[in-house]
Amino acid sequence: MIKKTKQFLSSLMLIELLKGMLLTGRYFFARKITVQYPEERTPQSNRFRGLHALRRYANGEERCIACKLCEAVCPAMAITIESEEREDKTRRTTRYDIDLTKCIFCGFCEESCPVDSIVETRIFDYHGESRGDLIYTKDMLLAVGDKYEKQIAEDRAQDERFR
Amino acid sequence: MNTSQLLGTDPGWIILVKGLIVFVFCVLCTLLAIWAERRIVARMQMRLGPNRVGKFGLLQSLADGVKLALKEDLIPKAADRVVFVIAPVISATTCFISFAVIPMTGRVSLFGHRTAMQLTDLPVGVLYVLAAASVGVYGIVLAGWSSGSTYPLLGGLRSSAQVISYEVAMGLSLVAVFIYAGSMSTSDIVAAQHHWWYSVVLFPSFCIYAISMVGETNRAPFDLAEAEGELVGGFHTEYSSLKFALFFLAEYANMILVSMLAALMFLGGWLSPIPFIPDSFLWLLIKVAFLLFCFLWFRATFPRYRYDQIMRLGWKIFIPITIAWIVFIGGMMQTSWGYLFH
Repeated sequence: MIKKTKQFLSSLMLIELLKGMLLTGRYFFARKITVQYPEERTPQSNRFRGLHALRRYANGEERCIACKLCEAVCPAMAITIESEEREDKTRRTTRYDIDLTKCIFCGFCEESCPVDSIVETRIFDYHGESRGDLIYTKDMLLAVGDKYEKQIAEDRAQDERFR
Repeated sequence: MNTSQLLGTDPGWIILVKGLIVFVFCVLCTLLAIWAERRIVARMQMRLGPNRVGKFGLLQSLADGVKLALKEDLIPKAADRVVFVIAPVISATTCFISFAVIPMTGRVSLFGHRTAMQLTDLPVGVLYVLAAASVGVYGIVLAGWSSGSTYPLLGGLRSSAQVISYEVAMGLSLVAVFIYAGSMSTSDIVAAQHHWWYSVVLFPSFCIYAISMVGETNRAPFDLAEAEGELVGGFHTEYSSLKFALFFLAEYANMILVSMLAALMFLGGWLSPIPFIPDSFLWLLIKVAFLLFCFLWFRATFPRYRYDQIMRLGWKIFIPITIAWIVFIGGMMQTSWGYLFH
């Protein structure tokens, strides 16, 4: 009886509802955890898998030997490679396209590469204004590699003992 | 000279100016309310909310309005074209016309002309507001019906039943105020609260009004009409572009309207709660802002009611309680106790 009266009174006085409002009221003044993107960024792992790049050796020679392992392993079939023999009898790619609209950023290409040529960088905020813009050709990928070589090498060096 | 006689002496241009002021005030408040909602609810969810467009994101609703206006205005094939177009207009106009009887403040001097800051002072002002509000629900019902689609129809039906039930509770909770103030004119009721606010004297009425005004405006936790989870937006599922914007405008203008009505009926309108600080429009603004904040607070806190629970709350709890309360108040008025707070 007393319990029932108590229950009735607390539901009449909306105790539970007021408690809930107190909680949201407290959160109103709580510290906000939003990261304000262009100005602030969340920390990235050195294994971050973003935009692809093709690397070169220190002497400027491109690493890729057109083994096509990445093309074979790619689950989204985003990589297209054509290759030829160069004058110095080495095998090099004539075409290396990555369709970024297909790519799922799994990192298999990077893992399968025997010469550390194809890598994924920390860049994630690239864009294209038409669909074709997101098909990256060999030149574009090499350019990305040249531009961010320092960061790429650093990340690989940090990860060295786990590889 | 009472307020309605004073208003009778207004020349035409003053009425025009006042009409313009009321309209601009409404629209500005709506834009601010939308911004405030997004910011406040965000803060309660530990986010920041829109803060990019303008200072503190103040122009966000303006940007959204422009975006809406530029969108394609779709009319579904199955829709009843005429009703489909009229429905949002009904929604928006009915809540704007209600503002005509809402007094912003007491007597003022406007361009050297003494007048009261309201468009008209009907002797049955509050009834007029309630009547306009019940026409407003036609906007939602017709929108739901004319869309020619299942979810909007369900949303429209839900809101018609809900708004009708809560209107009864809302009207009955105001009856106690009418009995106490001896008038239905908004300005008279405010004047009658000179000594005591009715939220103190008629506390049960105030509570019931405060809850049923949330139900009346279809806001969370009573937002069954648009229940985005189950009805994909309810009555406005098929609406886009400016027609959708009108519904949006109507919803927020309605919130402001019922908050203003609550402030006038129960919280003393523009009367100052602190002695030695003069009465002013700002007091009304503060009270309305507080009530609007509560609206957003409710939305951030409570989950949506189930439909049968809403109906039970309206018919089995609010209406019997208010009727008993009115009988009690009416009886009290006959005794010498009734004039205790006058």
